Amino acid sequence: MKIIKDKHPLLIRWTHWVNFPLLAIMIWSGLLIYWANDVYTITIAGHPIIRFFPDWFNTLLDIPQRLAEGMAFHFFFMWFFFLNGLLYIGYTLFSGQWRSLLPNRHSFRDAWQVVLHDLHIRKTSPSQGKYNAAQRVAYTAIILMGTGSIITGLAIYKPVQLYWLCWLCGGYHFARILHFTLTIGYVLFFVIHVVQVIIAGWDNFRAMVAGFEVVEE
Amino acid sequence: MKTQHKKVRKVLTPEQKIKRRSFISFLTFFILGGAAFGSWKWLLHAPEETPGVTAGASQPLRRALNKTELFFRNLFSHKHLARTYPIERAASDVRVNGDIGIEDEDFDQDNWRLSIQRGKKELLTINMADIRQLPKTDIVFDFKCVEGWDQIQHWGGVRFIDFITHYKLQKEAGMHYVGMETPDKAYYVGLDMESALHPQTILAYEMNGQPITPEHGAPLRLIIPVKYGIKNLKRIGTISFSNQRPPDYWAEQGYDYYSGL
Repeated sequence: MKIIKDKHPLLIRWTHWVNFPLLAIMIWSGLLIYWANDVYTITIAGHPIIRFFPDWFNTLLDIPQRLAEGMAFHFFFMWFFFLNGLLYIGYTLFSGQWRSLLPNRHSFRDAWQVVLHDLHIRKTSPSQGKYNAAQRVAYTAIILMGTGSIITGLAIYKPVQLYWLCWLCGGYHFARILHFTLTIGYVLFFVIHVVQVIIAGWDNFRAMVAGFEVVEE
Repeated sequence: MKTQHKKVRKVLTPEQKIKRRSFISFLTFFILGGAAFGSWKWLLHAPEETPGVTAGASQPLRRALNKTELFFRNLFSHKHLARTYPIERAASDVRVNGDIGIEDEDFDQDNWRLSIQRGKKELLTINMADIRQLPKTDIVFDFKCVEGWDQIQHWGGVRFIDFITHYKLQKEAGMHYVGMETPDKAYYVGLDMESALHPQTILAYEMNGQPITPEHGAPLRLIIPVKYGIKNLKRIGTISFSNQRPPDYWAEQGYDYYSGL
């Protein structure tokens, strides 16, 4: 017989889905800002491998010449990104949800087994609670990254008033690099996350919207 | 006898429960998602602000910029200083990023005068020799452009606060804003008084120990480390004081009026 088993509390689902468009807006407006001084490349042995960003990319997304607009959007939506993140972290801490989120002492070793399994190298499936070991590591990392974006963002935004924060981030110049790198990290996370969600199937996805999963008993 | 009209609530099967909960959740999800998308479309196409001291931004975004300014001004303090560096760290090839307001090729440095309205009637005209008499302050700091680049630069001149004291402009400095303008009036900035009076705000006439070159704003320019480069006016012609926000070139192009760091 099928039974309903609650999985994700309402507030977790709410903050998750609110974060999705907010982060998208922050990344988009960030691109508008970054364009005005688009100097970052990945260079290996003197050869630029990737240039952030090629002209076709900027043209495709209508990025050029929109710095002022980008800043206006970025410094408006930063409030919502921050508050939503704060709500998520606060709730996770006080509700005890952190127990199923934070990696434990087995997680880092087990996460590797999950990766091997997902790549079809290892046959036996690793244990899956609410989150498996790899999810614990990845989802905790993304929360830390979010916090990092707020901190490095503030360091770039008010480097004189928040000089100690700027110092903590390795100075203004380095803070901007960190802020940018974290954003690239979100995009990579997003790609893997969506692929994994598709593979995991409907029951898993529905749990993130409706909150429950169905188990046979 | 009363007939019993007791409504018995039907017990749902697990299948029905699953269907019902899914339906309610997804309906809510799509309604809220649609509302969010609608709000976004509205914001994206919101009407532009009425041009005034600020212009070029959409109405709601300009309001947000102004509100955000009010919040972050709480952090401002004259005790918070821009980090300074040893002179060796200063760039020798100082970046030039614009020439609005200093394009006049017939401009003659020797005939240059700084004009300031003091009180209601008096107009001060000050030449470079007068300014060089005042105590000189050097600063090596990380100059930050609104575009995102930064460069460690070495500037020297008179602190604005020392200038105010020397020319007895304390009463004017009690107002809320300072406005500065190039002689041709093509470039102009507005500064909140607390930023203008910050101990690192300098009316600079030297760069790397030499007189400032024309493209960097000779003979006298503003160096204000608590603001983005856009507020660091080159070739100051007039300085004025007011309680309303003075016109500001980039605030009229959609940028934040405050632009503070």
